[in-house]
Amino acid sequence: MLYALKIAARYLTANLAQTALLVTGVAVGVFIFIFMSALIGGLAEFILARTVGDMAHITIEAESADPALLISPKGQVLFVAEPGRIRTATLAEAATWLPLIAAVPGVKAVSPQITGAGFLTRGAQVSQVSITGVEPGRESAILDLDGYMVEGSARLGSGLIVLGRELADDLALSLGQSVRVQSTTGSTMVLTLSGIYQTGSRGMDQARAFVSLSSARTLFAMPQGVTRIEIKLDDLNAADATALRIRALTGLDAVSWTEGAAQLMEALNAQAQTGYFLKGFALLTIVIGVASALLLSTYRRRPEIGIMRAMGAGRGFVVFVFVTQGALVGLLGGVTGAVLGYLALLPFPSREAFRPGTLPLDITQGSYGLAITLTVIGAILASILPARSAARVDPVTAIGQ
Amino acid sequence: MSALLETSELVKTFGAGDTATRVLRGLNLRLSTGEMAALLGPSGSGKSTLLTILGTLMKPTSGRYQMLGHDLIAADDRELTVFRNRHIGFVFQFHNLLPDFTALENVIFPTAVREGRETATARARGRDLLVRMGLADRIDFPTANLSGGQKQRVAVARALMNSPELVLADEPTGNLDRASALQVMELIGQINRDEGTTFLISTHDEKIAAACQRQIVVADGLVTG
Ligand SMILES: Nc1ncnc2c1ncn2[C@@H]1O[C@H](COP(=O)(O)OP(=O)(O)OP(=O)(O)O)[C@@H](O)[C@H]1O
Ligand SMILES: [Mg+2]
Repeated sequence: MLYALKIAARYLTANLAQTALLVTGVAVGVFIFIFMSALIGGLAEFILARTVGDMAHITIEAESADPALLISPKGQVLFVAEPGRIRTATLAEAATWLPLIAAVPGVKAVSPQITGAGFLTRGAQVSQVSITGVEPGRESAILDLDGYMVEGSARLGSGLIVLGRELADDLALSLGQSVRVQSTTGSTMVLTLSGIYQTGSRGMDQARAFVSLSSARTLFAMPQGVTRIEIKLDDLNAADATALRIRALTGLDAVSWTEGAAQLMEALNAQAQTGYFLKGFALLTIVIGVASALLLSTYRRRPEIGIMRAMGAGRGFVVFVFVTQGALVGLLGGVTGAVLGYLALLPFPSREAFRPGTLPLDITQGSYGLAITLTVIGAILASILPARSAARVDPVTAIGQ
Repeated sequence: MSALLETSELVKTFGAGDTATRVLRGLNLRLSTGEMAALLGPSGSGKSTLLTILGTLMKPTSGRYQMLGHDLIAADDRELTVFRNRHIGFVFQFHNLLPDFTALENVIFPTAVREGRETATARARGRDLLVRMGLADRIDFPTANLSGGQKQRVAVARALMNSPELVLADEPTGNLDRASALQVMELIGQINRDEGTTFLISTHDEKIAAACQRQIVVADGLVTG
């Protein structure tokens, strides 16, 4: 009703100071709501990026072969297969699966790998390492190797090896120098150090070596197939569903990262719940503020309400006038709070640039639309009680005052 | 003259038990179309009570009330709201106008609330009424800035907005000086003659009462003269 809207708007503009105060109160509530959304969302993003960022979202590993033991009925070990004799477990048909997996919706990158243990030898120095063979060009598909390079390049090729900072230092190895690599299966190669990275994680920087997939084939005597397929998704929250899909599609044992991260998921969940709680309180403050302000206003305007009723305004009209006031206050406060929230979040670094020690506020997770919508709904609900009390005003006593 | 409204045996009792006050005790009243009547009686005699019952703002404890062939005792709140809007205008002593609105906005309220918006036709009629009330230069004035006499004239204009058959005025000149009071009465008399609108005006002022064709005196809850 256009006319009720006009009256509601006039009531709000008639007392600008009071309306401004009310709108400010609502805006502060919305601001807190948006700030909490950005903080909880950003924090989750930050924690996930730190913990899961360099992990594969879905991993397919070859069934590890049963230990090659022959045991007598009395429990005596009769036969042990020497390493090197048994074939490493492989995903022999990897080549056929890869394009299928890559075509699954939501899959961002697929990295076939051959992994195994080995030793690096340079002079008298020997270091035990875990060796990962990846396809040249897919070095950064899962772990952002490129981003961690401190010297040289992450690009692998035949005869090249990329090591962590600490490992290179342990071996006193610098770019361009060569190192002997021996796998547990016994094969040996001499590779040239072409890049050094530093991730900040000791395990990574001290005991990992990256070689090309073809070098790994030679080292681990695996002319075809791979031992591991790592998959990165667009949305890491879709890992469970996508893993199921890949399992159904290929019959391979695709494992989502969440399977080993129940505690992390629990912590993130608890954090999100805390967020809902705080946001709920922010909304509750808005509702109480609007309700009390409007209740006061209906009380102050009792004579006027009486006059309007005497002039032929129905109860519905009076209800509409006050509910509209609530909706307008909610809308104004909601938009103001959203704009202020956005402006306040602008100076914070974007989610790609989160650094430990600063608040990881994610401006893209402010839930601005939701904040405004919930505020308007809350304000309307808040105005129902005052509006009903206004509609019940008895014209006779109101005018007689 | 045809009957505009008729009450019979109107009783109004406030409260209950020991503190019950019987204000109207079987009041019979008949008003004809086009009458201009003064409602007289001592303070506390029930003039305001009668006016609010006639204005359908309050129901009597018992009795009958008919206007324009409608039984206004049986009608519900929704029906009464519509009835008031179309057929009854009010002028009160205090608290007459909406303070945050201009004179014109106040005058056209009864039409706007019925039509859901302020139409150009309504504005034209409202302007016309304000001009007739001698307020041509106050049309777009916020009513908070008007004098008491001006406010009452705006209220009269608003009471006439929907061309009601009946206008009820409860001491409309009660807090005006003699000159303003007579000016308001003059205007009411003009409308009554020109448009045949029926007026019932409660007052303590003999001069005002004398300006009306008929004097109705209420005492002891009954019409006594
Ligand atoms: N809501 C109410 N509750 C109880 N008593 C009431 C109420 N309204 C009016 N009365 C009583 O009814 C009686 C008549 O009141 P009313 O206002 O109708 O008198 P009045 O003739 O208009 O008086 P005045 O000339 O002073 O305006 C008074 O005694 C008053 O105290
Ligand atoms: Mg009175």
